Amino acid sequence: MAKRLEPVDVVLVGFGWTASIIAQELTDEGLQVLALERGEDRATVPDFSTTHIQDELKYAVRNHMFQAPIRETLSFRNTPDQRALPMRQLGSFRPGAGVGGAGVHWNGQTWRFLPDDFLIRSHTEERYGAGFIPEDLTIQDWGITYDELESCYDRFEYLCGVSGVAGNVAGERRPDGNPFEGNRSRDYPLPPLERSAGSLMFDKAARELGYHPFPGPAANASRPYKNPLGVQMGQCTYCGYCEWFGCGNNSKASPQSTILPVLLKKDNFSYRTGCDVTRVVLDGSGTKAKGVLYRDLEGREFEQPAELVILCAFAHHNVHLLLLSGIGKPYDPVSNTGVVGRNYAYQITSAVEVFVDELMNPYMGAGALGQAVDDFNGDNFDHGPEGFIGGGYIALWTTGGRPILQHHLPQDTPTWGAGWKKAMAENYLHSTAVSTHGSVVSHRNAYLDLDPTYKDIYGNPMLRLTFDFHANDYRMSDYLTSKAEGIARAMKPRSINVKKRKPPYSIIPYQTTHNTGGAAMGDDPRTSVVNRYLQSWDVPNVFVVGACNFPQNPGYNPTGTVGALAYWAADAIRTRYLKRPGPLVQV
Amino acid sequence: MRTNQAILGWLALLCAAPAAGAADLHNADYVNIQRGRYLANAGDCISCHTAKGGKPFAGGYPVETPFGTIYSSNITPDVVTGIGNWTREDFYRAMHEGKRKDGQHMYPACPYPWFTKMSREDVDDLKSYLDTLQPVRSISPENDLIWPLGWRKMVAGWNLLFFEPGAYAPDPDKSTLWNRGAYLVQGPGHCAACHTPKNLLGGSDHDRALQGGDAGEGWYAPGLTGNRRAGLGGWTTEDLVQYLKTGANPHTASTGPMTEVVMNSTRHLNEQDLRAIATYLKDIPPDQEDGHDAGDSGGAIDDETMARGKALYVDQCMGCHMADGKGQAEAFPPLANTSSVQAPNAQTLIQVVLGGDYMADPPTRPTSLAMPAFDWKLNDQDIADVLTYVRNSWGNRAPAVSADTVADMRESVHEYGPRYKRLISRP
Amino acid sequence: MDETKRRFVQAALALPATLVLPACERTAPRPARIAGTFFSADEYRFVEAATARLIPGNREDPGAIEADIPLFIDLQLGGPYGRADRWYMEGPWAAGTAQQGYQLKQTPSELYRIAIAGIDAYCRRQYSGRAFAELSADRQDEILRNLEAGKIELGDVPAQAFFSVLWQNTQEGFLADPMYGGNRGFAGWKLIGFPGPRYNYVEEITQYGKPYPLPPVGILGRDGTRMRADI
Repeated sequence: MAKRLEPVDVVLVGFGWTASIIAQELTDEGLQVLALERGEDRATVPDFSTTHIQDELKYAVRNHMFQAPIRETLSFRNTPDQRALPMRQLGSFRPGAGVGGAGVHWNGQTWRFLPDDFLIRSHTEERYGAGFIPEDLTIQDWGITYDELESCYDRFEYLCGVSGVAGNVAGERRPDGNPFEGNRSRDYPLPPLERSAGSLMFDKAARELGYHPFPGPAANASRPYKNPLGVQMGQCTYCGYCEWFGCGNNSKASPQSTILPVLLKKDNFSYRTGCDVTRVVLDGSGTKAKGVLYRDLEGREFEQPAELVILCAFAHHNVHLLLLSGIGKPYDPVSNTGVVGRNYAYQITSAVEVFVDELMNPYMGAGALGQAVDDFNGDNFDHGPEGFIGGGYIALWTTGGRPILQHHLPQDTPTWGAGWKKAMAENYLHSTAVSTHGSVVSHRNAYLDLDPTYKDIYGNPMLRLTFDFHANDYRMSDYLTSKAEGIARAMKPRSINVKKRKPPYSIIPYQTTHNTGGAAMGDDPRTSVVNRYLQSWDVPNVFVVGACNFPQNPGYNPTGTVGALAYWAADAIRTRYLKRPGPLVQV
Repeated sequence: MRTNQAILGWLALLCAAPAAGAADLHNADYVNIQRGRYLANAGDCISCHTAKGGKPFAGGYPVETPFGTIYSSNITPDVVTGIGNWTREDFYRAMHEGKRKDGQHMYPACPYPWFTKMSREDVDDLKSYLDTLQPVRSISPENDLIWPLGWRKMVAGWNLLFFEPGAYAPDPDKSTLWNRGAYLVQGPGHCAACHTPKNLLGGSDHDRALQGGDAGEGWYAPGLTGNRRAGLGGWTTEDLVQYLKTGANPHTASTGPMTEVVMNSTRHLNEQDLRAIATYLKDIPPDQEDGHDAGDSGGAIDDETMARGKALYVDQCMGCHMADGKGQAEAFPPLANTSSVQAPNAQTLIQVVLGGDYMADPPTRPTSLAMPAFDWKLNDQDIADVLTYVRNSWGNRAPAVSADTVADMRESVHEYGPRYKRLISRP
Repeated sequence: MDETKRRFVQAALALPATLVLPACERTAPRPARIAGTFFSADEYRFVEAATARLIPGNREDPGAIEADIPLFIDLQLGGPYGRADRWYMEGPWAAGTAQQGYQLKQTPSELYRIAIAGIDAYCRRQYSGRAFAELSADRQDEILRNLEAGKIELGDVPAQAFFSVLWQNTQEGFLADPMYGGNRGFAGWKLIGFPGPRYNYVEEITQYGKPYPLPPVGILGRDGTRMRADI
């Protein structure tokens, strides 16, 4: 029997980026806010201290900071006709766990989507005709525009102290920035990071080819930075241990380094760790949430009543909760009805390894230190002759040179033995990679639902992922890869190794943790789970926030947009919902 | 000298002239209580009179002295175990003469040799404030003192040697602001209780006032004279105000017990009083023009030690304190040209390296950047070498640190860090 | 962080002086069983022989043996990784497609035990009663290649799966921080030119083309033989 606790105004499921942003906003509104985090409590000192954090084996190989599959995983298959099996070890993606979530261990690459990304269907149909979009794609407009979200992007970037060079400010083109980006109201808060050897080479090569390279936008502070909350960040010192690791000198933006010093001191905010939310509790009508059920580390069950429930967990878990709680109609791919679990997407990546004579010192790096070109992203080029939609950025990121996982070897290197050893010695200091980071369309057979066989540790049906990239995306990725190859060759290497993305999608090698969709936002409840304010169409006092809201995934890392959406939802709650609780969008 | 009328009038409000107007002391009103609360902040009563995990002001905190452990008393208004049935006379006698209501001597672990300087009005107002606290029924543990010091009558002898009761008398040759600062430092602030060296019997060495002393639990309170290297000589008044208000300034950040002082005491003082304290302290001449007292082996450190220390510094410290020892502005404190780094006594540095430490986090500076502990990672010689290097680089000059000193300190590292966080939240 | 977790983390990170093996204990060559907790003597001999072929070397050009990779693997298998503490290991079990990842019932430590026994049994059958460790280097290479290609039957576990894990662990042992027992004396890092985990390259990152001048450092400092016994 679940023990009933004292009610709060707002309960947040999870305590990562979105929960931290929303908690900070709603506590300012005077509400009593409680965050429930499955993982453990974490603070920069002692958990990410410079003294011990640069431990590749522990954090990057043994996955110390991420969700442990024993406690939370999903089952996976490529196509509906296969049997899904549990993901027993982490591979393709690495969701976070603990206070700060993946905001602790991300790289810091902080992008905005393009204006047309939010209008992908209508824009594509307008430019290329309705027939250009394959019938089994479920891509759709977002229900909001870039312009509406712009101030939220700006807030997130200033919260994080993003280092970069703007390309388009207040309608004015700026040299050295991204000429394709949507208009921004002001510059980045910090100037760009220093250039690494690799980013310089890429920049030169890209310019020679007539592309428009610019520094990747980095939530790694190029200077000590005090953000608008008064929280002080340190300056990035290029230690090369960003992704998979916490930052020891407060220079990578995370909830800990940007929000928690202020949030945790508020009397009207509290959080509990080791609390696994298993269900949103609904009333008899099924249209109002009463609170959530959760289990602590001993397995005891509690009911936490709340007026407002906001799902702020990782995309997969948010969708799992919706399915387990009976909020929204689950998607059925056969009948093509329902919405929860639909619009699942990911990120399609590829790389061209580059071997050069120059000394690269790859271990000097930062998570978002690099140069990128956006010439092949979104609809920045004519897709007509190419026959696919979407695109991505091409970049040379120098995130580090961690020896176990970040070394490159030429194609013909023996897999082991004396030849391998020799190749390691000759290539480690003289290699880098040009990578592509492409959009992924949502389609009929890419979705999340509940597994019929496998159970989670509480005996609930495990989440099941059915996914492969659509043919459209493989074609698009090959296109990007060929462009990347062109840039790589223009770097005048001694050799290159082109690693295309080949079907089928495998859950084994790490790719990205850019899992999106399953709780799509939109203006039509038949094709979205939440409305434009991220409010559930079915249960108005439930909001769902995160990359789960993406109806498909554009060609950029999602966190910038996830942060912006968190501000967007918080704003809607503050200025609309609190005044008149109930559905914010009438249909 | 010309005085600012506004300051004068305002200070008059705070330091009411003796006797006149302080008529009925039993009807403490709102103003008295607020003044008393302010003085409790200035005196930092809460830090010593609250045990870890205990109720505020209810005592039981162990004060470690060379003579044993003395537990602070319950100063909530509980009538049985606190001072609820103490009159204003009783309380004044305690603060002014170091005598309890029952006539017994207090141990000078409670710094009555400094509180004696407080005016009657201030002490009365302090009592008014204490009377408003939540009464807590709590008896502090028995003191654990070496024989025969458990016998309180011994304190009479100590008082004869080292204590002269008497309120603060303003210096007519100094400004009102200076005098206010002197009053705060010598009286409620009791800064010298830590920052002045003590003799073997625990009495302050007034000839070496504020030249650095024992802050308890293995921490060293640096000198506050005008010494450029190991004092406040390189600081402006503004620097000092900022430090007391936020726990950090461009030169340094507070550590250990001083962080607690900033968080529970000085950050609550108003701008004027902080300026007064700064004015008074900045007027103290340097104890030495440059360098330290005898024992400064600045020039005698061998190359090998410096090389070892430098390697350790590069490997272990540069992520925050940077290659030039200047730290990161507003974030990580500098080590170059920093007085606490060059203090003759390196205890504080050793503590911080061994156990780590958290910066003060007042609302104006909420981040509490922290230093991790190195005790598991570096051995005694490593710590000695890197500290010797830091103390003698970038223009710094200070005595070398020995591995033996580090070894001794390992036994006594206290996790000071967020200690003040155990106390009530005070916005 | 709650108290139990804090204690656990502190225990995991803590380095009581007694657990740091002083350098002098590690300079002399050791018999196979000295500090290992997991492998039997026979298993250890296999691991030494196999890793010595995977990353060959000698005193001047250290390889797996000089880098102490067998000790590393032994310690890993005796710990949470070996037990698959963090993996989902509930049934039902099925082989799955190549895209569905590891679906074996065996934890890494079980995998090693079964595979090593299977390989040595295979070798004894094929090569007149001799275990893998007793074969010539060429023969050992051939067997490793066949394992890699899945051409040897090991019974309960697929040869390819075992080889993949063995090679992965061998690389880890060569390139992980020496505090885990491998990469002794920074053998792997010196080979490739990695100066170890350092926190500040602010000056150096723009000194293009300039080799980094300092010697490697590990989390426990510049002594590449310092290790932790409690992983």
